[in-house]
Amino acid sequence: MSLTEKDVTYVARLARLALTEAERFKYLGQLERILDHIKILSKYDTQNIPATTHVIPLSNVWREDVAVPFLDTPSILANAPDREEVYFKVKKVIE
Amino acid sequence: MSLHDLSASEIARRVKAKEVTAREVAVSFLERAKRLDKSLKAFLSFSDDAALRQAEAVDLFVSAGKDPGPLAGVPIAVKDNMCVTGTRTTCASKILENFTANYDATVIAQLRSAGAVFLGKTNLDEFAMGSSTENSAFFTTRNPWDLSRIPGGSSGGSAVAVAARLAPLALGSDTGGSIRQPAALCGVVGLKPTYGRVSRFGLVAFASSLDQIGPFATNVSDAALLLQSIAGHDPKDSTSANIPVPNYSAALGRGVKGLRIGLPKEYFIEGMDPQVEKSVRQAVATLESLGAIVSEVSLPHTDAGLSVYYVIAPSEASANLARFDGVRYGHRSPRAENLLQQYEFSRDEGFGPEVKRRIMLGTYALSSGYYDAYYLKAQKVRTLIKRDFDRAFESVDVIATPTAPTAAFKAGEKSDDPLQMYLSDVFTISCNLAGLPGISLPCGFTSGSAKKLCLRPPTLSRKRPHGGECPRPRRAFDPAGKGGFGGRGGDGTRRSLVDQGQEFAGPSGVDFSERPFGERGNDGDGRAPRSGRRNGVAVQNFGTPFGCGIPVDARRKTRAENGALVSDGSGGPYRGMGPGRSIG
Repeated sequence: MSLTEKDVTYVARLARLALTEAERFKYLGQLERILDHIKILSKYDTQNIPATTHVIPLSNVWREDVAVPFLDTPSILANAPDREEVYFKVKKVIE
Repeated sequence: MSLHDLSASEIARRVKAKEVTAREVAVSFLERAKRLDKSLKAFLSFSDDAALRQAEAVDLFVSAGKDPGPLAGVPIAVKDNMCVTGTRTTCASKILENFTANYDATVIAQLRSAGAVFLGKTNLDEFAMGSSTENSAFFTTRNPWDLSRIPGGSSGGSAVAVAARLAPLALGSDTGGSIRQPAALCGVVGLKPTYGRVSRFGLVAFASSLDQIGPFATNVSDAALLLQSIAGHDPKDSTSANIPVPNYSAALGRGVKGLRIGLPKEYFIEGMDPQVEKSVRQAVATLESLGAIVSEVSLPHTDAGLSVYYVIAPSEASANLARFDGVRYGHRSPRAENLLQQYEFSRDEGFGPEVKRRIMLGTYALSSGYYDAYYLKAQKVRTLIKRDFDRAFESVDVIATPTAPTAAFKAGEKSDDPLQMYLSDVFTISCNLAGLPGISLPCGFTSGSAKKLCLRPPTLSRKRPHGGECPRPRRAFDPAGKGGFGGRGGDGTRRSLVDQGQEFAGPSGVDFSERPFGERGNDGDGRAPRSGRRNGVAVQNFGTPFGCGIPVDARRKTRAENGALVSDGSGGPYRGMGPGRSIG
């Protein structure tokens, strides 16, 4: 399964990473090598093997729907890159 | 004897007994840490003021006749991917460079109420992705035994803080070996608890089905003490196990007689440093001589572990790290002209190369058309790996392996080749994949670096798959146990080391004298080392050649001796380790 530069560009977009040309080239080579190594998985027959998503048997964890105070707004906003009053400020989404 | 030579439990005892104030302890460790950190670079930030306030609060408790908790006044270094209110939490990433935590991780809140004092935040590979701390966006931490070498990673800063006695205890996180591998390379005890045992609320997520927080300590009894304070169910972490927490310290100190140790043949591979193999085998032989029953086991899917890990961990990381969008916190690119660019530029500027590589890999593995071939396939092979362990634990109580195939390597040696770097984790990742606890214990030195033995207790007994670190007290094994690395007060041997001009007890810092074998009658073999341990002879077998004081300080003096060193294995550490049992 050889990667193409197009794949890398596509994946970078999915991952929301604005890679430079040089980065795309670098990752192309490195990811190919890693994926090549990962091929070893195909030698194992897993046809009737269930997938392990978690090592402890987890189903839904239920609790009462009770509101508890977490943090005050100012302390949350203190880490915001940009804000206005009590809101996070971002670039305009809709023209 | 200086404060930094004391074990955590001894510090707490003295603070409670008013022999020393928590403030004095904090001042002493802060002074030492800041002085030595100039060359070690273990810390990303210090929190002097907060530490002194915490210490003073502990002292107030003591003077009021109240119990400040089991870690009264004990300084702790915290890996910088856990939130401590009011301190920067950077994950060694530019994207979080200016992020100040506004709440405590559950482990931090637990340690606060146990009386601990947080000295500062330690360096790591960015977002805990790496095996050397070279992926830190800020600087590389240095191995205290040889400053040209890396300390391992990702929790390298925490390992170094403990190894160089900048703090008696530290917290790390382990996703594929990030506690155990640096513990091995720095010569300290590092424990990755069972998946679900310790709450991850407030730990910046890397790979959610693998991450676990755990202790670094100079001896196992301190590791047990720290684990005790952080283990337990937390409603804020829906993956935390709601299973009673055993008393780890009480489970220490039992013998190894009759303990069934499995050596997986797949872990003694070609390409492994022969000195590492020799030390590990020597250590196992010592355990055998103390009554353990050693047999070979097979974990046939071992060679798939690395590949499974490097599909699952990056996949989960790519999802977890999607939250870094430059909206609510973290770096925001000034170049962006629209929202999409804000995401793409902020992430490109904020994440380092390894993090981007893993996000790319994970996104690819999860993307349409590849999901079945990679992610789903990896999860199925993960099941096979887990079954390997289930099968092995039908015939043995613990599995002993090397922690890493080599000792500490030189800075820069592997940083250009991601795959080579990934191979450093080859022996540790299967524990995470199977959810098992694993502990790394010092078992000697190669010429110049520490190496380890990793023992994996089967805390997942068949009946109680995730029953905790010592579900079957009789069986669960704390390889290092009380008699092993540290023993109760833990200062006995260290004193003797200091007497010999060895103020650093790190890898050799095992307390043989404090708790000799025999209390449980498990050393009925009456082996000679018993008295040797008491008088420190056993320690000298491997401790003396290094002659290491604080690794940094002593370096010049001891360098010449380093070549000759090599623990030779002598099994020294293991003699002490024998009686131990069970923090598993």
